[in-house]
Amino acid sequence: MAEQKKIKNLKSFSTTADRFEGANLLCPGCAHSIIVREVLNATNDDLVLSAATGCLEVSTAVYPYTSWDASWIHIGFENAATAVAGAEAMHKALKRKGRLLQPDRNPKFVAFGGDGASYDIGFQWISGAFERGHDMMYVTLDNEVYANTGGQSSGATPIGASTTTTPAGRVSYGQKRQKKDMLAIMAAHGSPYVAQVAPNKWKDMTKKIQKGFAAEGPVYINAMSACTTEWKFPMQDTIAVSDLATDSLMFPLYEIVNGTEYNITYRPKNIIPVRDYLAVQGRYKHLFKPENAHIIEKLQADVDAKWEYLQRREEARV
Amino acid sequence: MADKMELKSVEVWDGNMASAQALRQSQVDVVAAYPITPSTPIVENYAGFLANGYIDGEYVMVESEHAAMSGCIGASAAGGRVATATSSQGFALMVETLYQASGMRLPIVLHVVNRALAAPLNVNGDHSDMYLGRDSGWIQLDTFTPQEAYDMGLCAFKIGEDHDIRLPVMVHQDGFISSHTAQNINPLSDDDAYAFVGEFQPMNAMLDFEKPATYGTQTEEDWHFEHKARQHNDLMTKVFPKIEEVFAEFEAKTGRKYKLVEDYYMEDAEVVIVAMGTTVETAKLTARIIREQEGIKAGVIGLRVVRPFPFEKLADLLKDVKAIGAMDRSSPNGTVGMLYNEIAGVMAGTAEMNAVMTNYIYGLGGRDMTVEMLKGIFRELNENAKAGKRLGAIQRFINVRGPELSFLGK
Ligand SMILES: Cc1ncc(C[n+]2csc(CCOP(=O)(O)OP(=O)(O)O)c2C)c(N)n1
Ligand code: SF4
Ligand SMILES: [Mg+2]
Repeated sequence: MAEQKKIKNLKSFSTTADRFEGANLLCPGCAHSIIVREVLNATNDDLVLSAATGCLEVSTAVYPYTSWDASWIHIGFENAATAVAGAEAMHKALKRKGRLLQPDRNPKFVAFGGDGASYDIGFQWISGAFERGHDMMYVTLDNEVYANTGGQSSGATPIGASTTTTPAGRVSYGQKRQKKDMLAIMAAHGSPYVAQVAPNKWKDMTKKIQKGFAAEGPVYINAMSACTTEWKFPMQDTIAVSDLATDSLMFPLYEIVNGTEYNITYRPKNIIPVRDYLAVQGRYKHLFKPENAHIIEKLQADVDAKWEYLQRREEARV
Repeated sequence: MADKMELKSVEVWDGNMASAQALRQSQVDVVAAYPITPSTPIVENYAGFLANGYIDGEYVMVESEHAAMSGCIGASAAGGRVATATSSQGFALMVETLYQASGMRLPIVLHVVNRALAAPLNVNGDHSDMYLGRDSGWIQLDTFTPQEAYDMGLCAFKIGEDHDIRLPVMVHQDGFISSHTAQNINPLSDDDAYAFVGEFQPMNAMLDFEKPATYGTQTEEDWHFEHKARQHNDLMTKVFPKIEEVFAEFEAKTGRKYKLVEDYYMEDAEVVIVAMGTTVETAKLTARIIREQEGIKAGVIGLRVVRPFPFEKLADLLKDVKAIGAMDRSSPNGTVGMLYNEIAGVMAGTAEMNAVMTNYIYGLGGRDMTVEMLKGIFRELNENAKAGKRLGAIQRFINVRGPELSFLGK
């Protein structure tokens, strides 16, 4: 069982020793850094981390500096899962052979990748690592866009979002394809624990990360990561926008235990309309033109249907 | 503890078994691998060793060759002995990660059973994959026989893992001709082999939690060049002395002598074939025959080390010869072959060297290279030597259908 950190309030959270330094090049207001801190702070155990090419990686290990006071590796865009899987295999081998340098430690293996790295280019690598059952956690920093390279669409980009490769225009309302349901896909791999988290709901997130660390086998976490630059909202509004995302149920917070057991972990007291969430982001601005009203309606209908689905799955326990 | 295997002083192994046994005896900590013809039996043999208690490391059967090398990189950075095997398309799929492995200075060993690259699809041996890897920053050792695949399989760890070197190493053998041809092999005992390879000495291990390491940083125009320059510097200045040291130790242990560049009949050779892989063996035989039968002063040079390129050794060996045939078993696709190019570079930088050089493209997709064909090449080189100039074109294709195919000159 993992050594869990006791975190009672935000103050104790903000004063814990950082293994991810504030000295990094992420945009001010970037949610990636909040998520990473929340993940690392959930455990006192040693960490072996990897990051896929993307905003997190290019902003935190620019030679000769590093923001990581924990073992960390970046190989490429698609193989962050395999990087920690390889390290985890080495840990197993050296343990068996009695060659671990610090045999009493109980390291955790965590990979971070953007939605592009996870939903798209690295999908196969994640799938392979999960099928093999490595004892690791994979965290997707889901900002629904290729942020590092200037805002191209990904398999996580929602319908209607304007990106540089699905720009809204005179005859286009932006992204036309459905966002991939990564959580269901990863649950179907037989993962013991799959969850969606959001940095604004930090208690929920800490609980889930700790559950994930306690589980044996590959754990998948999809973390909503509001991107001030590509979602186009003021940098001081990251948490406010994140609140709108979770309260409108665009990002419902739930977990899937052992592939079938769904638990909704956050039920907003007042569910707000999706349009209120869309309205604060430049990437959805064009949806408020009269000719695009049906897209907002569709997004709302999709969110309602998903919420209905999650509640039924939760009830059914199958 | 893994069980030891009782080996006879002579075993009948093909090249793939030889490679697999070298991996087993080196007690590799993590093998992450994916099968592809003709290197598949390496990972199958290894899986068999594991299933029968001869391996206590981790064996990770991944979902692709890209993942195989990615897993090797993660495992190597974690701090332990790591190896894998591949061929052809699998090698091509790995290319991105080959550069990442060497750039991070991770001493991974990769057995490459050389095979052609599609299209058209072909499972047989040529050197296209080996050539594809030549700028990737790895050390590339070439072998001509299964025995050598075994021997280099042991030497590779000792070379790459040395703390002054810390570079990944490829061990090449020819698909099918070496990998699937059983020969008598003299293995070391498990104890002797491991004593030779030595225990892995970690350096900047990610699993050393007292000293966390960051691997795979970002560098732009400010630092990238220095990293690449340092890697090149180490390849150019440190690797050859290390290889020679390891070869000397290996000879002391086994009596088998290896050199950076292998040479045969070179004392008085006037016409010389420079080749790689199994063709070196055929050329050796041909040189002996043609010396006896036709009095042609034929010699053969086989590259043991492809990268770094043994520029100075070649200059030394070739400075008095009159005609050189550079044998490339990979389609140059629009220029002269790699060996021709490299040796031309040696010649341009070596004042005493003034041989006539021709480039033979041969054996693509596993097409045979026979003694008769090599005789023809030696004769042609001999005519050039006598004339003191090249009589035909610079580049000629050997044993391909259709009319004579030659380029650059008549
Ligand atoms: C093989 C490969 N293809 C493309 C790229 C270019 N690339 C680097 S990061 C990136 C997008 C990253 O997007 P995401 O994974 O969502 O991470 P984010 O930057 O949004 O956090 C792209 C396309 C690359 N580095 N490697
Ligand atoms: S572009 Fe977005 S994801 Fe990237 S650093 Fe800025 S806010 Fe963070
Ligand atoms: Mg992204």
